[in-house]
Amino acid sequence: MTALAVRNLCKQFGGLRVTANVNLTVEPGERRLIIGPNGAGKTTLFNLITGEIAPDSGSIRLFDRDITWVWCHRRTHLGMARTYQIITLFANDTILRNVTLALLGRSRLRWSVFKDLEQQHAVVERARAALARVGLGHIADRPLSQTSYGERRRVEIAMALAQEPKVLLLDEPFAGLSIDERRDVRQLLNAIPRQVTVVMIEHNMDVALDWAERITLLHFGEVIVEGTRAEVVANPRTREVYLGH
Amino acid sequence: MTARLRYAAIAVALLLLVTLPLWMGNSYYINIASQILLFAVFALALNVLVGYAGLVSLGHAGLFAVAGYSSALLLQAGFDHLIADSAAIVITLAASAIFAALALRSTGIGFLMITLALGQIVWGVAYRWASLTNGDNGVNVTTRPAPFGISLASAPSFYFATLLVFLLALITMAVFVRSPFGASLRGTRDQARRMTALGYNVWLIRFLAIVFSGFWTGVSGLLFIYYNQFVSPQVAALTASAEVLLMVISGGTATLFGPIVGAAIVVIMKNVVSAYIERWNLVLGVIFVVIISFMPEGLVPGSVRLARWLWQATRFRATAARPSEELKP
Repeated sequence: MTALAVRNLCKQFGGLRVTANVNLTVEPGERRLIIGPNGAGKTTLFNLITGEIAPDSGSIRLFDRDITWVWCHRRTHLGMARTYQIITLFANDTILRNVTLALLGRSRLRWSVFKDLEQQHAVVERARAALARVGLGHIADRPLSQTSYGERRRVEIAMALAQEPKVLLLDEPFAGLSIDERRDVRQLLNAIPRQVTVVMIEHNMDVALDWAERITLLHFGEVIVEGTRAEVVANPRTREVYLGH
Repeated sequence: MTARLRYAAIAVALLLLVTLPLWMGNSYYINIASQILLFAVFALALNVLVGYAGLVSLGHAGLFAVAGYSSALLLQAGFDHLIADSAAIVITLAASAIFAALALRSTGIGFLMITLALGQIVWGVAYRWASLTNGDNGVNVTTRPAPFGISLASAPSFYFATLLVFLLALITMAVFVRSPFGASLRGTRDQARRMTALGYNVWLIRFLAIVFSGFWTGVSGLLFIYYNQFVSPQVAALTASAEVLLMVISGGTATLFGPIVGAAIVVIMKNVVSAYIERWNLVLGVIFVVIISFMPEGLVPGSVRLARWLWQATRFRATAARPSEELKP
C-alpha cells in the first residue's frame, strides 16, 4: 500500500503547463522532499493533491483510495493536512483559538450551535497540548497579531499536527526563517512520529537535504529526477537545473 | 471588574426595557420603542451575515417582505394567525435557501450584487404582480394575534410581545456567537481557504448562516406587519435593505449590541427628529458620516475604545503630573 500515489497528473493555466504528467509515489512513513527552482509548479502540485484546484487529467490516490474528485475539505477527514508557504492564519484570534479551529475541523463538534466553545475543555486542552509540543505553550493566549514570524510558522505546523494527519504536506516551512528558527522548526519536524508520511516542498536545496529520504526534483512542471538523496545530488540534471550548467 | 460592570449595565438596560411602558406613559413613544426593538431583531439577523460571515447582503428587505406578505396574504385568505405566521416562516426559510443557493456562487461584491438583484425581484413581485399582492395599494392586516388569549391590540401589550421576541433573538445570537459553529462561521469570514483545508465545508456553513439569518429576518417581518397592520412594496425596497445595513454598520458589525444601537438611531431619526426637522435624512446622513469618520468600527466598539483611551489618558496624567512639574525651569 502506498500513502500517496499521483498518476499522470496534468494542470494547465491558459497556455502554461504548470503540472505536466507528474507521477509521484510516496510510501507510508516516508520523508519526501520536493525541490525545484521558483515556478517549477511545486505549490500547484500541493494544491492539486489537497484538492484546492482540480486537475485537467490524471489521478490522485490516498492509501489506495481514489480522491481525485473528492472535495478538498473531505480530504482533510481522510487524513490529509497541509501548511502554507504564505502564512494563512486567523489574525484576529489568539494562537490557542487558531489551533482550536484546527481541532474542530476534524470534530463533529464544529456543527454544534448550543454549546459554549470556551467550555469545551477537552478540545481546548488538546489545543494547549498541541501548542506545548511545538514550544508555544507559554504564549497560547497571545493574540496572533502579537507574535513573530517564526512563531507563526510554528503555529502553522502545530495546526497541521493537531489534526493528526496520516499524510502531512509542508509547503516551504523554512521560508523566511532565521538560522535559529530553522533549527527549532527542524527539531519539530524530526519529532513527527513515523506513522505520519511527510512531503515537504523546499526551493532551497541544502536546507532540508539531510532530512529527506527520497527527493523529487521538479522543473517546469515535470519530474526531472527522483531518487535517494545521494542519487539526486549526484545526478547531472540536478546540477543543470540548479546551477545552470 | 469589567465583566461585573458589563453585567450591571445589562441588568439596568433590561430593567429599563421591562418597565418602559410605566415611565414612558405616552403610547406614541411606546410604539417607537416597539419599532426600535423589531428593527433591532432585523439588524441582529443581518449582522449574522455582515458581521460574522463577512457577507454583505443588500437584499434582506426582500426576505423581510416575503415573511410580511406571506402572512398578510394568508390572513386575508382567512387562515388564523398561528397557521399564517408558521407558513410565513417556512416560506421565508425556503426563500432564504434560494437566496443562499444563488448568492453563494460568489462572495464580496458579487454576493452583494446578487442579493441586491434578488431583493429587487421580491420588490418587483410586490409592486407589479397586483393580482396577488394588490400592488402599490398594499395589503391590510386587520387584526393582531392574541397568543394565549392576551390581546396585543394596545401599545404596551404589543411592546411587551416585541420585547419578548427581541430578548429571545438576542439570547439566540449570544449563544450562537459563542458556539463552535459561530467560531467556524467567523473562520470562514477571516480565512475561507484555510477553513476548507482544515476540513470545514465553507459553502454549507455559509448556507446555514444565511438560513439562520433569514429566520430572524422573517420573525422581524412578522412583527413589522402586526405593528403597522399593513404591508406595501415599500417594505421590500432597496432603501429598506440599505437602511438596515446602515443600522448594522453604524452600530458596529460583529458585536451583539451594535445592531441594536444602530436600529435605535435610525428609528429615532425617522420618527422623532423628522417631527422637528423636515430634512431629517440630511441629519441622519451627517450622523453616519460622523460615525464612519471617527468610529469606523461602529458606535459600540468605537465608544468602548474611546472610553478606554480616556480612562488610560487620565490615569497617565495622574501618574505623570509630578515629574513634568520638576522639568519646568
